[in-house]
Amino acid sequence: MRPFSYQRASDPDMAVQALSAAAAANEPLTKATAQPLAGGTTLIDLMKLDVMRPSAIVDITPLAQAWSAIAPGGDGLRLGALAKMSVVAAHAEIQRSYPVIADSLKLAASAQLRNMATLGGNVMQRTRCNYFRDVSYENCNKRNPGSGCAAMDGVNRMHAVLGTSDQCIATYPGDFAQALIALDAMVEITGKAGTRSMPFAQLHKAPGSTPDIETALQPGELISAFSISGRWPRSVYLKARDRQSYEFALSSAAIALDVQDGTIRDARVALGGVATVPWRAREAEALLKGQKFDDGLAQRVADAAFADAKGRKHNSFKIALGKRVVARALQQAVTMEI
Amino acid sequence: MPDKPGSRSSGFDRRAFMAGAAGSALIPITARAASEDARAPAAQDPSLPVEVTLNVNGKDKRLSIDARTTVLDALREHLKLTGSKKGCDHGQCGACTVLLDDRRVLSCLTLALAAEGQEITTIEGLATDDRLHPMQQAFIDNDAFQCGYCTPGQIMSAIACVKEGHAGSEADIREYMSGNICRCAAYPNIVAAVKQAAPEIMKG
Repeated sequence: MRPFSYQRASDPDMAVQALSAAAAANEPLTKATAQPLAGGTTLIDLMKLDVMRPSAIVDITPLAQAWSAIAPGGDGLRLGALAKMSVVAAHAEIQRSYPVIADSLKLAASAQLRNMATLGGNVMQRTRCNYFRDVSYENCNKRNPGSGCAAMDGVNRMHAVLGTSDQCIATYPGDFAQALIALDAMVEITGKAGTRSMPFAQLHKAPGSTPDIETALQPGELISAFSISGRWPRSVYLKARDRQSYEFALSSAAIALDVQDGTIRDARVALGGVATVPWRAREAEALLKGQKFDDGLAQRVADAAFADAKGRKHNSFKIALGKRVVARALQQAVTMEI
Repeated sequence: MPDKPGSRSSGFDRRAFMAGAAGSALIPITARAASEDARAPAAQDPSLPVEVTLNVNGKDKRLSIDARTTVLDALREHLKLTGSKKGCDHGQCGACTVLLDDRRVLSCLTLALAAEGQEITTIEGLATDDRLHPMQQAFIDNDAFQCGYCTPGQIMSAIACVKEGHAGSEADIREYMSGNICRCAAYPNIVAAVKQAAPEIMKG
């Protein structure tokens, strides 16, 4: 690990000030010299691997006093960005009204990691692409823009089939983000100019020609909260993986439905483990609205969700697997008792 | 070097040597980097050691360390508490699990500086007088290990698993203990040990 200076920020202003002071113009967040430290489960890991090389660490854990509230209300939910994954997953009202959120958190990582990791850090976690994580591979457009992509013709079994570009096929690894994008969450961002809100769907950037730019967040900005309108008791998160627990998704689906008298009034379908960013399958959702559920519909929805998928040498299985995950998750959401 | 074959036969103990070397890091504190003024988050010079006080198993320990030191390395290399094990050093195996304010965390991904002000509990802090913690006894009773390398992490994790209320069924134990990998695959006996110790731990 390279040397860094460490400072602990006792309030949001101090954190933003410390992070902004070190920021250079046009520097992408992923390469910023000053990085915020919360749970540390991504940052310390990637610093040990020499993938991330900050020279200044701003410990923002004291901000939890202001930024970790879990606040379900009459018309929605607000989650502080420094709430721990384990605490949110175990919250009775989250389990009751937003099971897709509780399950996406519970099925992620391990109990220890969920005790450490915060919601904000979780959505900012970086890809598990081996060619990204191992600096002995020179070709990685995320780490070294313009160097090429070793995964394209490498072992790409875990890589993405949706949202890819000719520069990068790295999978977005998280689970919680799929729940957020499915529920039309807003993300609150605190920076030097104050606090702004934007749709969570606009936070992550598809790789395109700039895979090193992963989010809309700028150096000096911090996620302070997430908010969701309404309640979604009929929602599920289904995750298929190589082992039963403590593993990243090969394919996952976040589904939220509003069903009245057997007719689907509203439907949300988001995909994980298969895309470069948290993925919303709007074409699939459109097929569900106004319909009565049956297995044929589930199959058409699943086909629509993966209509644009592009498999490579080792990951084409994710298309067939992903469709089955969507169909099964829909079945579970329709039949669950609420 | 003490690592050479045969060094033990000459009476040289590797751990004693390592501990002695680590002890030399306990030099008088010269560079208190973090400012006392809470309003000014002055960053320290990364080339200087930082002073940190860690509360380990109920005792405050003052250390002068590199800012990059993790809790795991602080425990093993500076405090001679080698019970917590370094498996992967990347948060994937669970061998380094300790309790931080009674929550189980991975000490290999926690900076010592960030743990200041919190209570660290390690495997060395479990037994009282000559009495093993119920979870330690349960691991022995159920033969819940072979090589033993993952065991301190398994036991720390298992205690938290029970206290979190996640030891109600074998399925729950397996799910909530999945962050602790056992290369010897002693899993059935680990599950049995957690089941055995759970009622006694919940009784308090």
